[in-house]
Amino acid sequence: MARRPISISIDRLRGRAPAQKPAKLPGDERSCPRCETHFSAQEFARNVGVCAACGHHFPLGARARLDHMADGGRWTPIGEELRAIDPLQFVDLQPYPERIRSAEAKGNTEALVCGELAISGQTCVAAIMDFGFLGGSMGSVVGERFARAADRAVELGCPLITVTSSGGARMQEGVLALMQMAKSIVSLDELNDAGLPFIVVLAHPTTGGVWASFASLGDITYAEPGALIAFSGPRVIEQTTREKLPSDFGLAERQLEHGHVDSVVDRRELPARLGSLLRILHQPPRPVPSLAGQLAANGSEGAARIARALPQLSRRLRDRVLGEGPQRGGQ
Amino acid sequence: MSSPTRGPRFVRRITQRFAGPEVEGGDVWDAIQLARHQDRPYPLDYIGMLMPDFEEIHGDRLHGDDAAIVAGIGRYHDRPVAVIGHQKGRDAKDRAYRNFGMPGPEGYRKGMRLMELAAKMRLPFIALIDTPGAFPGADAEERGQGGAIARSMLTMLRLPAPTVAVVIGEGSSGGALALGVADRVVMLENSTYSVISPEGGAAILWRDAGKAKLAAQAFKPTAANCYRWGVADAVVPEPHGGAHTNPEEAARQLDVYLTRTLRELDALSVADRRRIRRDRFRRIGAQRELPPDSSALMAQSAESPSGGAA
Repeated sequence: MARRPISISIDRLRGRAPAQKPAKLPGDERSCPRCETHFSAQEFARNVGVCAACGHHFPLGARARLDHMADGGRWTPIGEELRAIDPLQFVDLQPYPERIRSAEAKGNTEALVCGELAISGQTCVAAIMDFGFLGGSMGSVVGERFARAADRAVELGCPLITVTSSGGARMQEGVLALMQMAKSIVSLDELNDAGLPFIVVLAHPTTGGVWASFASLGDITYAEPGALIAFSGPRVIEQTTREKLPSDFGLAERQLEHGHVDSVVDRRELPARLGSLLRILHQPPRPVPSLAGQLAANGSEGAARIARALPQLSRRLRDRVLGEGPQRGGQ
Repeated sequence: MSSPTRGPRFVRRITQRFAGPEVEGGDVWDAIQLARHQDRPYPLDYIGMLMPDFEEIHGDRLHGDDAAIVAGIGRYHDRPVAVIGHQKGRDAKDRAYRNFGMPGPEGYRKGMRLMELAAKMRLPFIALIDTPGAFPGADAEERGQGGAIARSMLTMLRLPAPTVAVVIGEGSSGGALALGVADRVVMLENSTYSVISPEGGAAILWRDAGKAKLAAQAFKPTAANCYRWGVADAVVPEPHGGAHTNPEEAARQLDVYLTRTLRELDALSVADRRRIRRDRFRRIGAQRELPPDSSALMAQSAESPSGGAA
C-alpha cells in the first residue's frame, strides 16, 4: 500500500473531534483525517474502520459492528419491523419524513440495530447505534427497539451489550424523543430485576440524551479511543459559558482519568475483550434447593419429614412457600 | 384506552377542555412566555403555600450544594412527604445564585439523597419541574452530569412510595426528565415540556439561537399537546391569565390535584405501583410496525412513513 508522506499539523494531532466522515477520494480510497494515510476500502473493512497507521477510529455502521462482534458474523435481528413515523409533523430545514427517507436510502432502517448473537460462544443480545442514521439520534423506534432487545435478553437470561454513537435525543420527535430516555431506564430496571449484566461500549460520539440515560449506566463500560463522551458537547459549552476547553475535553482517555469509563478498548480487540468478559460473567444454572433440604438446614427436622412426605406438593406452591416464585411485577 | 394512569374522573373533567385542535403557531410562543414568566410561582413558593413545615436539605455529600435544585421534607396534609424542584431566581442576583434553574450533577445527587430518604421511610415523592435544562459546563461534565441524570431517573423509577411529577414552568431536556420518572406526570395549564429549550433547538436545527420562535412552533411543547401525546397524564388548570396572576389560586388547584392523586396512589401496593410506573414509560412513543412477513426485507425501508404529509 503506497502511503503519502505523513505530514501532521499540531492542530490535527490535538484535533478534538475526529472528522465525522472520511474524506471522499477518487475510487475506493479513503484518507485518515488524523494522519492523512491513504488506504483502500478493503483495507478499511479489514481493520473494521480503524486506521492501520495511527489507530484513528472512523465511524462504523451498526451492521458492520454486529458482523464483526458476532461469532461467524451470524446474528438474528430484533425489532427490524419497527419504523419511524412523524408524530409532530415536524419541519425544520426539511420535513422529517424526507429526512427519514434519505437516511433509509443509505441502507439502514433506524439508528439502532439489535440482534441476538454469540460472542466467543456466549449467547448475548446486542443493541448497536448507527451514527449514519440521522446522527444516531434516539427517537421512538430506537427506544422501542432497545426495550425489545432488553426483553429478549431477559427471556434468554443473557447479558445485554450496547454500542452507543449518538448526538442525543431526536429533535424531530420532540418530547416523545425525550421520553425514550426514561423508557430505556425502565428496560435497565428489568435487567436489574432479572440479575443480568448490562455492558456499554461508548463509540464516537456519545452525547446528549443517550449519554444521560442508558449509556452511562453500564455495569461495565468500555470506550473506543478518541470517542467524544459528553452530555453537552464542547461547542455548546464554549458558547454558553465562554470557557476555553482543553483539546481533549470529553474524550474517552480523559473520561477514563475522570472515572467515567472502565477501559479504553481498541475496536479491533473488542470481540475478544467482550468474549472474555462474558466468560467471567457466565453463571452456571443454580440448583433449586429442595424444601425438605432447606427445612432440615434450618433445624426443622419434623417439618422436613412432612415435606418429604408430600411429593405431590406442586412446584408452584413450594416456590410460594419459599418465596422463590417469579417476582411480582417482573417479566 | 382505560389505563390506570389516566387518573380519576375529576382529572378527565379538568382536561376535557383540551380536547380541541392541537395548539400551533403563535400560540405556542405565547405559552413559552407564560411558562417563563418571572412572577410565576417557583417550587419554594408552592412549598410555602402548601406546607406549614419544610426542612430543606443541602449538599450532595461529594462536592457541593446546588442552589438550582431545592430538596427537602415537608409536612403535607398531616403527613411527611419528600419534595424536590428546580428553583429559578427573580432578580439578577438571585438568578445567578440559582444558576437560572440549570442544575449540575451536585443538584441531581442531592435529589438522590432525598430519594434514598423517601425510599427508607416510604415517603411520597413530589417533584416540581421548571428548568431550561441541565447546566452545560466543563466542570459539570467532568463531575458526571450525564451519569447523574441517568441515575436520578433510575433511582426515582425504583421508589416504593407514590411519586408525582408536576411541570410547573418550562420542562426542557434531560435536566427536567431527571426528576420526571413518576407514577403520575402532570402539567400546569401554561407549562411546557420539551426535548430541549427553543433556543437550544434553534441552535441545533437552524444553527441560529435567534430562531427560537420557529423551534418552539416546531416542538409544540404545550401542556395540551403533551396530554394528547400521552406524555402528561393530566393538565391542572391555572387561574385566568396564568399562575402568576394569582399564586394562591394556582397553589390551591395544585393542592386539589395532589391530594386526590396521592390518595389514589396510596391504595396501590408497592409492586403494583412499580409495575404501573414502568408500563407508563414503556408505552410512550410513536412508531409503526411492518407486517411480520416483510420485516426482514431491507427493501421495505424505501417505503414512505405514514403521517408524513408535511
